[in-house]
Amino acid sequence: MNILKFITAGSVDDGKSTLIGRLLYDTDSILDDQLEAIKKANRKNNDGTVDLAILTDGLKAEREQGITIDVAYKYFQTENRKFIIADAPGHIQYTRNMVTGASNSELIIILIDARKGVIEQTKRHSFLAKLLSLKKVLVCVNKMDMVDYEQAVFENIKTDYQALAEKLGLEDVDFIPVSALKGDNIVHKSIHMSWYEGYSLLDYLETVEIEENGQQPWRFPVQWVVRPQTDDLHDYRGYAGRVIGEGLKVGAPVVVLPSGVRSAIKAVEFAETALEEAHSGQSVIVHLADDIDISRGDILVSAENPALSARNFEANICWFDNKSLDTSQIYLLQNHSAITKVKITEVLYKFDVNTQQKIATDELQLNDIGKVEIKAATEVVFDLQQDFAENSRAILIDPRTNLTVGALMIENVA
Amino acid sequence: MDYLDHLEAEAIYILREVAGQFENPALLFSGGKDSITLVHLAKKAFRPGKFPFPLVHIDTGHNFPETIEFRDWLVEQIGERLIVGLVQESIDQGKAVEQKGKNASRNALQTVTLLDTIEKYGFDACIGGARRDEEKARAKERIFSVRDEFGQWDPKRQRPELWNIFNGKIHKGENVRVFPISNWTELDVWNYIKRERIALPSIYFSHHREVVLRNGQWMATAPFLNIDGEDIVEYKSVRFRTVGDMTCTAAVDSEATELDDIIAEIKASTVSERGARMDDKVSEAAMEERKKQGYF
Repeated sequence: MNILKFITAGSVDDGKSTLIGRLLYDTDSILDDQLEAIKKANRKNNDGTVDLAILTDGLKAEREQGITIDVAYKYFQTENRKFIIADAPGHIQYTRNMVTGASNSELIIILIDARKGVIEQTKRHSFLAKLLSLKKVLVCVNKMDMVDYEQAVFENIKTDYQALAEKLGLEDVDFIPVSALKGDNIVHKSIHMSWYEGYSLLDYLETVEIEENGQQPWRFPVQWVVRPQTDDLHDYRGYAGRVIGEGLKVGAPVVVLPSGVRSAIKAVEFAETALEEAHSGQSVIVHLADDIDISRGDILVSAENPALSARNFEANICWFDNKSLDTSQIYLLQNHSAITKVKITEVLYKFDVNTQQKIATDELQLNDIGKVEIKAATEVVFDLQQDFAENSRAILIDPRTNLTVGALMIENVA
Repeated sequence: MDYLDHLEAEAIYILREVAGQFENPALLFSGGKDSITLVHLAKKAFRPGKFPFPLVHIDTGHNFPETIEFRDWLVEQIGERLIVGLVQESIDQGKAVEQKGKNASRNALQTVTLLDTIEKYGFDACIGGARRDEEKARAKERIFSVRDEFGQWDPKRQRPELWNIFNGKIHKGENVRVFPISNWTELDVWNYIKRERIALPSIYFSHHREVVLRNGQWMATAPFLNIDGEDIVEYKSVRFRTVGDMTCTAAVDSEATELDDIIAEIKASTVSERGARMDDKVSEAAMEERKKQGYF
């Protein structure tokens, strides 16, 4: 059994909460006392059915206002998979929350109201999916019951969306016609849409294959140095971290970045047991053949396929702070275990997130997405987003407030 | 990757981030299954080295004797440091006031002792075993959750948490609560305990004991529980699904003596784990309110 992390994008009106509620409810993931609490809260839909949105609205303010403000994580599992749902608000003023949720997901479910088709919000969410390099997009055309389960409606929306996907460069897109409210094609195949031959939503989620990071050369950011300094382990010096990519094995040649020092993997261990190799996602301890000075913030990379190391680069950015980006200020850039002082030397442009047009500007405000040029005090180690997304990411911290003010995806060396 | 391997690797990664990012962290240890799981994960993260943090237990003085016995055994076994913060001390100092009445509990008083202990030792990060599936306010909490100088959680001012990059920067006086098993469910924890053969206090398994009926739930009898002639007291076969202090943790009817039985029981259960916690039943936002005050 493995894990699938997905995000549902959409607003209350699209039936997003109903869809999640339906998935949880129909997979018996809601227990009696939780259901009791929902009933006690006495929130009803217009048609009198229990409002399942309250399941995901965890904060008092959210329940009071009947909206989702923050990302909530929900869990359910079937015999085949464990699912982690990032439930994020869909409105434009919560773009940063959606970016947060999407950053922790592999797949995105984009909800389209069958009566409305592809709208501005669909475009925005799809753009964010591309920006954050989500591996898979699933379009659920919802409220099919409101359009008499017409195949033509579904096919038209599909055609429209495919054009959008092509424009954005989204490659892996699938489509399912559903009615979250009536339960059509959610857990069971709908009896109203015999023309649809694909999976129900749950069957799809249980079987969809997510591409692993197996194609990428390994990187190993050092989080912590294990040094017992006891009599019998006097010279023990192990580098603890989590592997990204593949090919980390005993004997593999290593470059330590940013210093550029070369060595080789002498041993790999996990929970005090020796391993021959370690795979993407594993948290292990690595030993090098040579006695060199390495500490937290250094990254070991494949000497055959090293990562980039640079002080000047360009990155896509999503701005999270109420205070606008300030090109005269120093920020901290954190990628993996490394923290470096940086300046944003120039805002190149920002996107109109609804039309994906680039707009010339020198200012980025809360929820803005754009591209910036960055200058770092010391060398930053990364791969480019288009080559190896997982090693192209960083956050920006304002050292005065310590808040996380931006998300970065490095796109090229300047 | 198998789901338990994935959750394990993620938790180890988070524990190492705590070690790397903070000067003086601590692991909050309650003697419950989730914090015992954290100790097991810490061994995988840092052995053959020592833990870069002590275990900290906030002891209400109303714990199950079996839990305390287990705590001391575990600490001895792993050879790590244990710090105990006593709620009784906070009461004696007049900082915390004992509740009155039949359902009096020291659960809420723990916050006072916890914040005092954090201040006394200058902890800048406290690792806890809370999970997002437990409760809806927790479903919204970050893995690195910043508390202000007064220990308070502000749900509206949480930092965005992107990918696996955790921002642990804080001002002096603030601290961070870190939850490495945020993404685990109750069932995941039990499956992991089984896979890893992790030892647990005996009260998690079915046993016979004297229990008293309170608000529809069976509580273990104890000298500090106010029991009078009107109470229904019985001798039953029970186990504890969640282990807090004796005044707020209810027993469940159970014949489960093995881990497999427990896992089967949880799979078949139609009530959530926190359903046995009196402390969560106070109001719709009971957990959110307590967390805002500085609770775990």
